[in-house]
Amino acid sequence: MYRETQILNSNTIAPTTARDLAMDEAGAGLVINVGPQHPATHGVLHLVITLEGETIKKIEPHLGYIHRSIEKMCESLSYRQFIYVTSRMDYLSAHINNHGCVLCVEKGLQLEIPPRAQVIRVLMDELTRIASHELWWGAMAMDLGAFTPFFYAFRERETINDIMEETCGTRLTMNYMVPGGVMYDIHPNFQRRVKDFIQLFNSKIDEYDDLVTGNIIFQNRTKGIGVLSREDAISFGCTGPVGRASGVACDIRKLYPYEVYDKVNFDEIIETAGDSYARYLVRIKELRQSVRIIEQLIDNIPEGDFQAKTKAVLKLPKGEFYSRVETARGELGVYIVSEGGTTPYRIKFRSPGFSNLSALDHMSRGCKIGDLMAIMGTLDLVIPDIDR
Amino acid sequence: MFIKEYISDVFKAVSSLLKGMKTTGSYFVRPKEIITQQYPDNRAHMKLPERFRGEVVMIHDENNEHACTGCTACELACPNATIKIITKFDTTPEGKKKKALDTFVYHLELCTMCNLCVEACPTSAIKMAQTFEHSVYDRNRLLKKLNQPGSKLRAGVE
Amino acid sequence: MFSLETITNSIQQWLYSTFNPTMALILECAIVMLLVIGLFAVLGLVLVLMERKVAARMQIRLGPNRVGPRGMLQTAADTLKLMMKEGLTPDGADKFLFNLAPFIVMIAAMLIMAPIAFAKGFQIWDINIGVLYVSAVSSVSVIGILMAGWASNNKYSLLGAMRSGAQIVSYELSAGLSIISIVVLAGSLQVSDIIASQQTGWWLFRGHIPALIAFVIFIIAVTAETNRAPFDLAEAESELTAGFHTEYSGMRFALFFLAEYINIFIVCAIGATLFLGGWMPLHIGNWDDFNRIMDYIPSSLWFLGKTFCLIFLIMWFRWTFPRLRVDQLLSLEWKYLLPISMFNLLLITLIAIMGWHF
Repeated sequence: MYRETQILNSNTIAPTTARDLAMDEAGAGLVINVGPQHPATHGVLHLVITLEGETIKKIEPHLGYIHRSIEKMCESLSYRQFIYVTSRMDYLSAHINNHGCVLCVEKGLQLEIPPRAQVIRVLMDELTRIASHELWWGAMAMDLGAFTPFFYAFRERETINDIMEETCGTRLTMNYMVPGGVMYDIHPNFQRRVKDFIQLFNSKIDEYDDLVTGNIIFQNRTKGIGVLSREDAISFGCTGPVGRASGVACDIRKLYPYEVYDKVNFDEIIETAGDSYARYLVRIKELRQSVRIIEQLIDNIPEGDFQAKTKAVLKLPKGEFYSRVETARGELGVYIVSEGGTTPYRIKFRSPGFSNLSALDHMSRGCKIGDLMAIMGTLDLVIPDIDR
Repeated sequence: MFIKEYISDVFKAVSSLLKGMKTTGSYFVRPKEIITQQYPDNRAHMKLPERFRGEVVMIHDENNEHACTGCTACELACPNATIKIITKFDTTPEGKKKKALDTFVYHLELCTMCNLCVEACPTSAIKMAQTFEHSVYDRNRLLKKLNQPGSKLRAGVE
Repeated sequence: MFSLETITNSIQQWLYSTFNPTMALILECAIVMLLVIGLFAVLGLVLVLMERKVAARMQIRLGPNRVGPRGMLQTAADTLKLMMKEGLTPDGADKFLFNLAPFIVMIAAMLIMAPIAFAKGFQIWDINIGVLYVSAVSSVSVIGILMAGWASNNKYSLLGAMRSGAQIVSYELSAGLSIISIVVLAGSLQVSDIIASQQTGWWLFRGHIPALIAFVIFIIAVTAETNRAPFDLAEAESELTAGFHTEYSGMRFALFFLAEYINIFIVCAIGATLFLGGWMPLHIGNWDDFNRIMDYIPSSLWFLGKTFCLIFLIMWFRWTFPRLRVDQLLSLEWKYLLPISMFNLLLITLIAIMGWHF
């Protein structure tokens, strides 16, 4: 008997906390630590999972392994400098994070953004969204045990990265948005290459459906798993594809349109099932909507300046400023408190990943441990976004 | 009725699996779709876009002259204290003392390639280079002096 | 025509004429042992390389291409690395069972080698219950896996081992039923008889659609039995890191790894023997010219060709499909495969009794 309890209590992957050990000894179940180093957490997320057999009784996320205190760092950086740090929050939608920050600064400065810069920003946002969803698609299929989709997704993502590299100079953390516009004009090849990419992408997206969406194993793994009702989605503050899969109309691009989003035609994808499959479908359909936005804008980039005239040293007036953007994962809120100086007095980011993660425990209770991968995969967590 | 549903379930499941196998199988027989780049081998004909941000370099012309006045705009723009400008006082032919660049210290290990220094430079003295193979065995070798020895300010740059 | 049968017979004759019978038997055993171990090593290297190359082609990559010509020596280099690595034993592990487990898995794989006919007259032991022996011995490897999971003193390993136990025990059934359907058609359990009964055509074609269904079920069941994706729940790396062999390193890990590939080879060899005629060349009815040309291809090539085709099929599965969940895995077996294969067995029996097969 001693031997059995010893085996149940020890975990050579990561140490359990004293509380979990106490719970374990009380016979509450088998506690396993998924993470901080685990193939499915895609980063240093630590989940303490209480199991009964293979059924999940409780999940407790432990955060803080990649906390870099970005909010505090921003307080010592000027309004031009702090934008590059935000690329490191949700590194898959770096452009959109930067966009949220520059929108907030511009709100404070009451700057008029030239139309050309607005369109370039939206184009970059949508390309980033496609790249981010591509990576999510590959990684989620890999979590479920299919390796090949990962490479197909990266093939298309690579094309976007090349376009970004040509125009912005970097592939992942672009720092292309500056208060007042964009850092420099688009590359002469940009329009041609984006059109080529869209043509390629439209043919490949059907392949994705053949390989994963229609697959019976995949459907069985995701349908009815991790159901999040509309009320729960609202009370957990789930936004982005996670909220929309539960039937919450929470697309910031539609609710509070910024830049030229009110002038382009696209649909807000809303599913009502709230399960992992619905979240999957929302993202796959969003890919097509992003393509639609890009198709409308790519030939209609207005001529003009790409940057508004700004002072060398930016000073926000005293007050509080808030802006929000729709990143690939949901609503990113940027809240700046200014005392009138050259650096923000306080900055707060409302990151989508944190709220989405908070629903994980609620969604996965009663599921099998294999379902956890389907749920985590479709939540599309980026750990630096949760921890900041 | 039940039997019919059961059989159609099985049939649909099998056909969805075959569809997936067709996709991977079609790539198996088409080796020209392979996208792997064999990196160290293709170094010779690898071309990076001109905007690629590899490291900060100072532009020197053929007379070993640069355009840096030592104004420290880049140092102020840098969010990570990557750049440290050491100035000296030169004496102009007229006998006046003038601030000039002594050493442009660049910490490559701290740099995040955000391009803010290049944007801030009033005289376009620095730019981003397309190099990216920065690994060294000694960390001290990442500490660079950007102005070449013996270089001086180009005439006419204020 | 070149045949391995003459070589084996002459070796046997020479042994028995030179030494006394006991000595000759011992020497024969030693030769067979060396051959099997050698085959294991070669198969392990070839199959791992093949898997990596197949995966790379499907994933639009190049695969290993640095070590040796076209990356041929990559697996040899990997094996060398694994041999040099330290074999760690976790502190709280049951040391005896922990060290024993990889060998049990390996020995179980080696034992199934016995009744497989690699070529015409090239068979270690033509036992009269060959097929029964295979399905009996193949269940032994689950003991090794359970032992490894239990002795590792790791929760992931324990979960993986339990999954593997449930999985192998259930899929034995439908694999067994598909094997029985061929036994019914051939009328014998002896491997050489089953192959001989396919002289005029392979059972896959001669047994109409029921034989095809039995073949499909056999392939699914053996994929599950060898813990291969999409049934690799015992080592599902995104859920259980590495499942039952999480704590293994060095050569002991290599043994598990090797045993997996050997098991694939064995089940595919059995599949090729039962459904595709083993070493029997492809003969079509009374196209005598065609049949004669086919006869020129050595029987060992026929056997290996068929086996590798099946191995490729199983690899194709692995690099295409997502993994099943543990309860779905069991419901697939008990709700779909088992009823279908039972009904199928009835049909096949009917065909065999009425003599409707070709």
